[in-house]
Parts: sequence; structure tokens; C-alpha cells
Amino acid sequence: MINVRSLAAGQVIDGFRLEQQLDPGGMADFWRVSHDGEALPLIMKIPLLRRGEDPLTIVGFEQEQMILSRLSGPHVPRFVAAGDFERPYIVMELVPGRSLKTLLDRAPLPAAEVAHIGAEIAEALHSIHRQHVTHLDVKPSNVILRDDGSAVLIDFGLSRHDQLPDLIAEEFDEPVGTGAYVAPEQVRRFRGDPRSDIFSLGVTMYFLATGERPFGEPEREAEWRRRLWRDPYPPSRWNPLVPPWLQEIILRCLEIEPDARYSSAAQLRFDLQHPDGVALTERAARRDRDGPLTVLSRWLKVRNAPPLRMRSVAGVLDRSPIVMAAIDLSAADDLGDALAAALRRVLATVPDARLACVNVLKVSRLALDPMEDAKGRNPHLQRLVELKHWARPLPVDPERITYHVFESPDPAAAIVDYARNNHVDHIVMGARGSSPLRRYLGSVSAQVVAQAPCTVTVVRRPRATDEAGPEG
Amino acid sequence: MRTALFTDIHGNREALEACLEHAERSGVDAYVFLGDFVGYGADPGWVVDTVSEYVGRGAVAVLGNHDAAAVGERADMNDDAAAAIAWTRGVIEQRHRDFLARLPLVVEKGGILYVHASPVDPGDWEYITDLYSASRALVATRAHIVFCGHTHVPSLFHMSVTGKFASFDPVDRVEIPLTSRRRWLAVIGAVGQPRDRNPAACYAVLDDATDVLTYVRVPYDIDTAARKIREAGLPVGLAYRLYEGY
Repeated sequence: MINVRSLAAGQVIDGFRLEQQLDPGGMADFWRVSHDGEALPLIMKIPLLRRGEDPLTIVGFEQEQMILSRLSGPHVPRFVAAGDFERPYIVMELVPGRSLKTLLDRAPLPAAEVAHIGAEIAEALHSIHRQHVTHLDVKPSNVILRDDGSAVLIDFGLSRHDQLPDLIAEEFDEPVGTGAYVAPEQVRRFRGDPRSDIFSLGVTMYFLATGERPFGEPEREAEWRRRLWRDPYPPSRWNPLVPPWLQEIILRCLEIEPDARYSSAAQLRFDLQHPDGVALTERAARRDRDGPLTVLSRWLKVRNAPPLRMRSVAGVLDRSPIVMAAIDLSAADDLGDALAAALRRVLATVPDARLACVNVLKVSRLALDPMEDAKGRNPHLQRLVELKHWARPLPVDPERITYHVFESPDPAAAIVDYARNNHVDHIVMGARGSSPLRRYLGSVSAQVVAQAPCTVTVVRRPRATDEAGPEG
Repeated sequence: MRTALFTDIHGNREALEACLEHAERSGVDAYVFLGDFVGYGADPGWVVDTVSEYVGRGAVAVLGNHDAAAVGERADMNDDAAAAIAWTRGVIEQRHRDFLARLPLVVEKGGILYVHASPVDPGDWEYITDLYSASRALVATRAHIVFCGHTHVPSLFHMSVTGKFASFDPVDRVEIPLTSRRRWLAVIGAVGQPRDRNPAACYAVLDDATDVLTYVRVPYDIDTAARKIREAGLPVGLAYRLYEGY
């Protein structure tokens, strides 16, 4: 066992040289360390086991060692090494940047900044969710913002990996987490729903936008349970500058029922990046908490609720993709109909899907296109109106659908960029008819199929068999 | 070093061939065989020859209850198993009997214990199917990791430093870090007769440097293995169950 009190700079543990002690956390000591062959700075986390065998310290440490070594990507510290039974420690990348905690003093922050930070954290969450991991302790002190603004999640001691033993659930009969941030279903000891992280991110954004914690800082489990029936005050009560779209987003994250929240972090990020497209519901205009009758009925429901059934992270993500419909408004009507039919089939199988209807206006690379057409109409607005009209019959809730029109000299590249930047899971688009020119220049859909980061469905309009010939 | 662990081959040549081939392709450099080389399947001689070849090159092998029964130990078995043992006794040769008779019940190496059924009383062939039997097994030894077979159902039991036991159903090809502050009991599923409703052969790989364990499922030519069982005159149920994995 490492005796943390006897550690000193210059000491070497398994080839890692202790350079400087950093701020201690609650359950561990942190040292900046170096190692031959590692150019970047590293950090060694040593669990504090001095209070005898504290199960949460030990098991949380084991859980983190297990999960961190399985994670990769820019949104988690790179795992380097772990010690053995005699010398427990984890060595990982020392993430340069600042803790999100340091921004709390400045709260309330402007809406645009809250949305920007929230979108970065949502991006990080989506990255770990796609690796079968739910963090389950999202809070400002567990988020580091790199200098480029991107977010890194740290401390996986309470996290859960879908395909690995859940040491935490097996060790503790009571819920674990941080009182101010823990999601209602976690209070009910349900671990592993990625939407729990969305709830905690909602608490974080609420705090950043208002300077207040929506559920206070309860310490006892009995007080944690209050959030199962009691909704928070709307953010605008604390800060009237919180715009309706941000209140809509935050309150949707804080819904008691996971099904009423965003179904994936990518969908949340999408809304944070497109405030104009956020469908405003009653949440946006809310001025007070729910009345006593609603709260009472929730309380009764919780009391009689059966235990929650585990579902896998991958299962939730599979059910909540972002589907992008790339629509060519100038194409023949029957292609539009075929596209709508294909979309209906896709949407029927995934009830939590989010649909982004996109139209790309092709503009010349050279000339600045006029803002108005010959009749004095704004072509951008005109397209938006047509897009909405086209999508109206689709079976999607208004809050799950958004419309985007943009200009680009290269529509295929614009579609691919959009899909990449918004974590689109599935592109559905039409293939236009054939022409000698199209065969020569190549088609938009072929370019999208070749370059898209996700599944692409290319829809062809039904045609009579005698209409031979290749299509675009 | 990467060690491949195989158990409950039960005379199934096609399944063992597929697993060995898979292990070789994935860069395994040591082999452990956890017993029950014979019984149920139609190729006991070939399987014993193959295992003894690996043992000659340094592999670890321990005795299983079907192996003990095939070389004479009186065994308490169901009808199909007993019929298969009677058949096996008639087809294996002296060199196979000699090899099986010399196998140890337990091997312990560097904090890892290998046994066919349970370390509690290895010759008693106890099944580890639940937290109770797993906890009995883990407290019977000081080993950091126990590897066994016998149940034909892959599962992973573990005990925390506070003495809490839990079980886990391993997922195909997912690497599981066996953390050092916990004790582990890994039941490797069967190569030759899986019983977890997944008919694919099962084996596992341990990376000794990192203590990362990976369970692997390998599809194999069940048609041939089942046909040989029928042609050998063994109980037909032993052929059917391979398709269903029970």
C-alpha cells in the first residue's frame, strides 16, 4: 500500500517520477508525474485509503480503473497505467485547461455562453455514451474545458459500462452520486441510462444560467428523493435574461421522466447549437413550479411505482438517432413523395428519432448571390416555407423536427459537413434523374454516399420498367 | 503473455479446431485446458491427442469428471452422459487412458488457480452456478483469479475487499479488466457443448500483463460434429443439443 503521507517530489513509483502535488480531491491524492518516453504531462491519482477500507473509495477506484482503460477519444483523459494491489494508482493524461467549476463564480453567464459550454459537454457525453459508458456524476468539478473550448469528462468512479461488471451497484444498496446533480432514476438506484447524464447536465446549465442550484445541495438520500415529485423553479425566475429557448432546453433536460428528456446527448447538443430551431412548448413560458395537485399525484405515482428495469446505453442510443432528410425542392414531386415514404419507414422503427430537414441552396463560387430574387422575395425564407410545407405530413412531433436552409457552392460537401458536425446517424436523400451532364459531373447523392460519416439511404422515385438507364 | 483457456471440449473436434485456430490467429502464446476432454462427443481420442500435444509444449491441463469416469472412476451421471462414457471407454486407447490418469486436479501458478469444477473439494465436482457456490469457492483459496469450467455456462464472479460477491454475464469479445483489488472466479463456457442457449463454442483469453480477460464465441461446423455423434451410435439428444446450445 502506498502511504500517501510519505510521498515526496522526486520519488519514483513504477517508473513514474513524482513532480508536484496537485490539489487533493475528496477521495484521492493527485501528483503531476513524468515518465521516460511520455512527452506530455501526466497525472497520478492515488486513492486515499487512510480511513481504513472505505468501500466507496476502493470500489470507485476499481470502477474508474476498469472504465477509463476502456475509453478513448478527446473527451476523456488518456489512460496510461494502473498500479497493482500493493500500490493502487491510476496514471492518466494531465488535461490542460480549466475546471468548469472556476466559471461558477461568474454565474449567471450569458445564454450564448451557457449554450456553448452545454453543447461542448453534450458532445463529450455523446462520445462516452457511444462507448457504452454513462458517467453518472456529471457536475462542474468533473468537467475540464480545454483552451479550444472542448470539454473533457473526468472521474469515472461512479460510472457504469454497459458490458462490464457494475462494481458500484453490486457494492452499495443505497444510491450514489452528488446530491445537487443526481438524476431522479439514479435516486431510485437505476444506473446506466444515458439520459441521467442529460439530467445532470441540465442541472449544470441551470446553475450556469441562473447562479442557483435547481434542487439545492441536499446531503441525505431522503432529501434527494424530493426531485422525484418536485419540479424546480423555471430558470427565468432567477434570471429574467434567460431566453425562452434556453429555458425550454434546460427544463426538458430536467424532466423527471427520462422519456420526456432529450433521448440522446447528440440531440441536446443539436438544440443548443440551433437556438432558432428549438420548438418552444409550455416549458419556455413557465413562470412558476407545478401546483400542489400535480406534485401530489407525482408523489403517489412514485410511491406505487415498480422498480425500474435496466436498459443498455446502446439500446437507448439505437432508439434515438438523428435522421437528416436532405431535400431537393426543385426535384420532381414524385421524388419528394418517395422520399417522404422512405422517411416514414425509417421514423416508424425509431420512435425517439430526431429529424433535421435540410435544403442546400447551390450558389456560385464566384458571384455574390442577390439576397432577393427577381420578384423581390428572399430565397432563403422562401425555401424554409417550402421545406416546412413538404415536411408537414411526416409523423414527427414538432419538438423533434427542425428545418435548415443553407447556401453552398458544393451541396454534397455541405450535407456531409452538416452530418458530421451534428452527429447525424442516418441521411435520407433523393437521387435525381439521369442526364449526360450528371453522369459526367457526378451526382450529389453519390458524393454524399462516398463521404458521409454515417448510413445513407438514397431514395429513387418509382418508375415504370421501360424507363431504363442509370440515375443520379 | 496471452493465455487461451479452454474447457469442456467433450470430444468435439470441430469446436476445438475452430477455437484453436481462432486463438492462434489472435496471437495467443500459452494454453490452458480445464478438463472434460471426453464424453458426449464422437472424437475423444483426437481431442486427447491434441491436448497432450499442447501439454508436451508446456500447456497446463487439469482433470475433469468425465475424464476421471472414462479411466475408471465410478461416476454419478445421467443416462446420456453415462452412455457416452461407456462408449468412450471402448474407443479410446491405452495412451489416452495414461494421459488422462496422470492429470492433476488443480494447478496453481502465480496467483492463478486452475481447476475443472471448484477449488472447494476438486474431486467432488461441485457446480458453481450461483453466488453461494462461487463465494464458497473463492474463500477456499487465496488465489487472485480462479479459472474453472464444468457448468458449460460462461460467467464471471467477483468479490470486493469488503467481502461482497457479485456475478456478471460476460459479453462476447469485450475486454474485462480483472482489477487487482478484487478476487475473481471465471467460469469459462464450454468449447464442445455450450449450454447458455448460444451454440457457438466458447473460450477465453487472459492477458497476463494487464489481467484483462476476454470471453470469445466461435462459430463452428456443428453439422459435422452432430453427424459424427449420430453415426457413432451415441444418444441422438447429444447431437441435437449442440444446435440449440443447452
